Amino acid sequence: MVPCQMSVTSYPKLTLGVQRFVSATEPKPLASTVVRDDEAQLVSAAKAGDVSAFEELVNRYERKIFRLGMNITQNREDAEDVMQDAFLKSYQNLDRFQGDSRFYTWLVRIAVNEALMKLRKRRPNQVSLDEPLTDGEDPIFREIEDWGPSPEKKFAQTELNEILTQVIGELDPIFRVVFLLRDVEGISTEETAQILGISVPAVKSRLLRARLKLRQRLNKHFRRSETQ
Amino acid sequence: MNCKKVILELTSYLDGVLESGVRIDLEEHLARCTDCRIVVDTTRKTIQIFCNSEPVPLPDDVRTRLHTALLDRFRRNSKTT
Repeated sequence: MVPCQMSVTSYPKLTLGVQRFVSATEPKPLASTVVRDDEAQLVSAAKAGDVSAFEELVNRYERKIFRLGMNITQNREDAEDVMQDAFLKSYQNLDRFQGDSRFYTWLVRIAVNEALMKLRKRRPNQVSLDEPLTDGEDPIFREIEDWGPSPEKKFAQTELNEILTQVIGELDPIFRVVFLLRDVEGISTEETAQILGISVPAVKSRLLRARLKLRQRLNKHFRRSETQ
Repeated sequence: MNCKKVILELTSYLDGVLESGVRIDLEEHLARCTDCRIVVDTTRKTIQIFCNSEPVPLPDDVRTRLHTALLDRFRRNSKTT
């Protein structure tokens, strides 16, 4: 599978008047490699009170955390709250971070929890990370039609974005979050399990269902009969 | 291998972590089953389309508010320590 690539847009580094701990370079696209070797060093310096080290971590991950918040909550204000809370809580609780996972994984866990809380407030009793008794549909082997080589090119970028936002928003949160962590953020199966507090087989099962459900929902837009 | 087994192994296959013997069985099935081939191909494209989609931009005002909130927290912390 071609790994998920994230386009890198250059943002100016915001600094808070403190000498930088390390020279900054743009984040790498893959989550598996996004955590650079100096992350542990930055965390350690931040724990010792070097706020510029924490700033560097923020500059490095803010776009990814905002995107994750947007993708889970589907709402800009909620995504902003998620991002702010994730960074403020991680800073406030840095002493509790033991380094048994990557800082980025820990940060994502906080952000996911914040995002799910937003969803629960919006839809009480409807957002749970437990398996649903039934999701009311079986996406396997429905609507089997070829899409052609590059079906997404049939749409303008804004139209495509609307389609993707709509179909991901229709997924049950328990499937949506797993898909976002694994396939969009590129986080490993084991780390996704750790972040969500579920087993590795549960991640695999939810990822399969998420992928199949998205495939089925995109089918009506991308099948050859619609796009030719 | 039958169609049901292909679906069960689909995630591992697309992630490239399927054990080689199972992968060969699966690919032999794909060579003769059009439906499975389409499901595998369109599922792979589903992932690629999301991966290649335009990233959500971080608006400047949102970013500025984040850094202002952090600065405020840094200052409060420095006063209490």
